[in-house]
Amino acid sequence: MTPAGSLLTAHDLRKAYGPTNALDGAEFSIHPGEVVAVMGPSGSGKSTLLHCLAGIVTPDSGSIVYNGQEMATMNDAQRSALRRSEFGFVFQFGQLVPELTCVENVALPLRLNGTGRKEAERTALSWMERLEVDDLRSKRPGEISGGQGQRVAVARALVTSPRVLFADEPTGALDSFNGERVMDLLTEAARSTNAAVVLVTHEARVAAYSDREIVVRDGKSRDMERIV
Amino acid sequence: MSIGHTLLGLLESGPRHGYDLKRAFDEKFGHDRPLHYGQVYSTMSRLLKHGLVEVDGIEAGGGPERKRYAITDAGITDVQQWLATPEKPEPYLQSTLYTKVVLALLTHRDASEILDTQRSEHLRMMRILTDRKRKGDLADQLICDHALFHLEADLRWLELTAARLEKLAEAVTR
Repeated sequence: MTPAGSLLTAHDLRKAYGPTNALDGAEFSIHPGEVVAVMGPSGSGKSTLLHCLAGIVTPDSGSIVYNGQEMATMNDAQRSALRRSEFGFVFQFGQLVPELTCVENVALPLRLNGTGRKEAERTALSWMERLEVDDLRSKRPGEISGGQGQRVAVARALVTSPRVLFADEPTGALDSFNGERVMDLLTEAARSTNAAVVLVTHEARVAAYSDREIVVRDGKSRDMERIV
Repeated sequence: MSIGHTLLGLLESGPRHGYDLKRAFDEKFGHDRPLHYGQVYSTMSRLLKHGLVEVDGIEAGGGPERKRYAITDAGITDVQQWLATPEKPEPYLQSTLYTKVVLALLTHRDASEILDTQRSEHLRMMRILTDRKRKGDLADQLICDHALFHLEADLRWLELTAARLEKLAEAVTR
């Protein structure tokens, strides 16, 4: 079943790692412009769900449909292209390339897609302005704070104007104040481009930035909006 | 919140009419619940009776007479005591939610469903507060933060309880 107008849906996803069922019939759907929080205790399968949805991990069974196309029918090259151009990623930490300046880091996804240096850095800078880190353009990741680094990482995730942004505990390494700033800017930027955001978090204050939440427990998902 | 102490505190900066007090209260503290005029006047007459305020002047007008109140020395001492006394932490041990969870376990219902529904309801409120915070000024942000941290504390308890449901079921049905 594909909810009408969904950009990305998953049905009856199963994935086992050895004897452990990380996903055991999980369901998911998200619309353009929607922010969906994926919540659940550690080890519940929420990161596995995100990795399957993003095409990083192949599920053992079940279906994932992105923009009308079944992901299982794509080959590796097609899936990589999808991840590079249609998807953006923000993780908890360790995402920036230490040898590159911040603006080079943000421009990297565009450079990998073949955009020229000047144009890529111009676009990168406009995203850095939106995330309020444009003054860090010439600094290297080792010279900036965790909160600043995470905002640079969000700018990099959004620089290709992805249709889906996957954020796995994006504020996990930050204090409340910086975490909040990152969430404010991340959701604002995503909403302004109508990107869908899959937000994996175990923090309620972070989940409060979403439009609705899915709870994952023992590899099974529960869509609270469709229940309440 | 003690309305009497708050109104007294507002009077410390100078005498005010009942109407001014209400306006100052609503502006600074009445984000969710503005005061009713009745509340202001009943509170002021109580404070007057206890000698914590005095009538500083009466203006006669077309409508009802307007009293101007001033804080007394006893009033200032009272505010000082109130500010210096910590609030009693509410341990929340017999919360309705705890009762519901235990009852669900005793009657072999799905207790995790109760917790999921409650989380969803808490998050609904937290979304409203987060949104209000985003659009509000610094005072709004601080007030919303306070509410958000409390709701978050409830949710942390909820997650821990969810993780301990099997043990709790064993304990209560023993």
